[in-house]
Amino acid sequence: EKLAAKKKRRKEREALGDKAPPKAVPKTIENQREYDETTVDPNDEEVAFDEATDEFAPYFNRQTVPKILITTSDRPRGRTVRFCEQLSTVIPNSHVYYRRGLALKRIIPQCIARDFTDLIVINEDRKIPNGLLLSHLPDGPTAHFRMSSVRLRKEIKRKGKEPTEHVPEIILNNFTTRLGHSVGRMFASLFPHDPQFIGRQVATFHNQRDYIFFRFHRYIFKSEKKVGIQELGPRFTLKLRSLQKGTFDSKFGEYEWIHKRREMDTSRRKFHL
Amino acid sequence: VVWDTLGNRQFCSYKITTKTQNFCRNEYNLTGLCNRSSCPLANSQYATIREEKGRCYLYMKTIERAAFPRRLWERVLLSKNYEKALEEIDENLIYWPRFIRHKCKQRFTKITQYLIRIRKLTLKRQRKLVPLRRKIERREKRREEKALIAAQLDNAIEKELLERLKQDTYGDIYNFPIHAFDKALQQQDAESESESDAEKEDEDDEDMDKREFVEADDSDLSDFEDMDKLETSSEEEQEEEEEVEKKTSLSRSKGKSPLKGPARRKRPYIEIEYEEETEPTTKTKAT
Repeated sequence: EKLAAKKKRRKEREALGDKAPPKAVPKTIENQREYDETTVDPNDEEVAFDEATDEFAPYFNRQTVPKILITTSDRPRGRTVRFCEQLSTVIPNSHVYYRRGLALKRIIPQCIARDFTDLIVINEDRKIPNGLLLSHLPDGPTAHFRMSSVRLRKEIKRKGKEPTEHVPEIILNNFTTRLGHSVGRMFASLFPHDPQFIGRQVATFHNQRDYIFFRFHRYIFKSEKKVGIQELGPRFTLKLRSLQKGTFDSKFGEYEWIHKRREMDTSRRKFHL
Repeated sequence: VVWDTLGNRQFCSYKITTKTQNFCRNEYNLTGLCNRSSCPLANSQYATIREEKGRCYLYMKTIERAAFPRRLWERVLLSKNYEKALEEIDENLIYWPRFIRHKCKQRFTKITQYLIRIRKLTLKRQRKLVPLRRKIERREKRREEKALIAAQLDNAIEKELLERLKQDTYGDIYNFPIHAFDKALQQQDAESESESDAEKEDEDDEDMDKREFVEADDSDLSDFEDMDKLETSSEEEQEEEEEVEKKTSLSRSKGKSPLKGPARRKRPYIEIEYEEETEPTTKTKAT
């Protein structure tokens, strides 16, 4: 039935020729996305004011230089260790430390004392990394992600070399709602504020349907209208599970947002980031 | 008698046999094994240690009470102090067979040790196991794949980079002068241009990471304006205008303007298309 209708329509279009009505836009999930009331309007003053006074303000005013601590859960296996190392080459000014059974609650004050601004904990399960905890340290928000499809550098089909020490640029795509905004700012605060364009490296956090894809590329402009990109560096996808107001505290923390499966997964067209 | 019937010959419901040993599942059993000496059913005088909610009790069974099943097992609370509890066991089981006394004390020792360990572990971090749900995992995986396809990451990144190039965030590094001169010309023209620039700057602010780019924007544009004003030689101006005109016409006609400035060697596996080169400079990956 549908095929017949389609054929008829196509014949009509061909018959009309130039006067045919324009082609209908296909419906995609992005088109049909349910309206989210927390979508940020570009001219929203309240949002701008909030962002000027939240925990990332010192970073965006260039008062603090990010210093990142990357660690894992207990007893990391080979893949996780290698992933941590690669992640530390991607993020400048980051250090990897082994976690030998130390409690997070105790290492956080130590980190603050040593002037770290962010803490990344990569959780591991059955020899592959599957969770990421990102915590902005001087009492900043903590985001817990589920990490999937992690590709190490040697598994990516490419011909390039390692990323250099230059500070990469950042691209943050599609973070529309308030929640998305805060998550995006968290990611932005990981990298130093002044990218070195000589390095021609770019780190991308692309949000699509609540999945955040991370890619790390090297770009080159072949002409004004064409750019070539070459993927280097690890890639992974994240899905936000919860966002906590203070630093990591599973029992007494104040959760700003938790993913509740029963309530939030009901509609296929509703996204939160 | 009991042992002859139940224990070794016929069926005892508490008995579990494995390849090497027999175990007794009875909760009052002193050791865990099914033996003539440690079967609570077969022995009329028996004692055990059991713990409840962290406190240890000594249970005793004597022949006198064999007829009253309800009052069969007598219970004594042991003190929390280890040595005192051992003394209490001794004084309660004073004339009892050596085997039972010894085993009671052994069992008590073991119980206290594991209670201590439990208390220590609860203070440390405890690993919480969250079960995966297969259906949900599959659903998430599928959605992720579809999202990846919908995202078209490469295209998005390329578009974004070209946008940034157009908005002059890279400043002077790339020698595609057409954009700079275009911008300079248009800036001198109308305010509509500045309005659109302001809009672009707002969008830049929106994109969360570009505040420094906006500042660079301003400074670079002002640089170019200054450059335009400073250049006095008319020849250069004419040349520039010609170049600009040529380039704009070319760009409009073709959509791809030939490189006028120094052509760069691209990544080794892409061929260079342009033949006219003024000053070919090779750029290596290391920079």
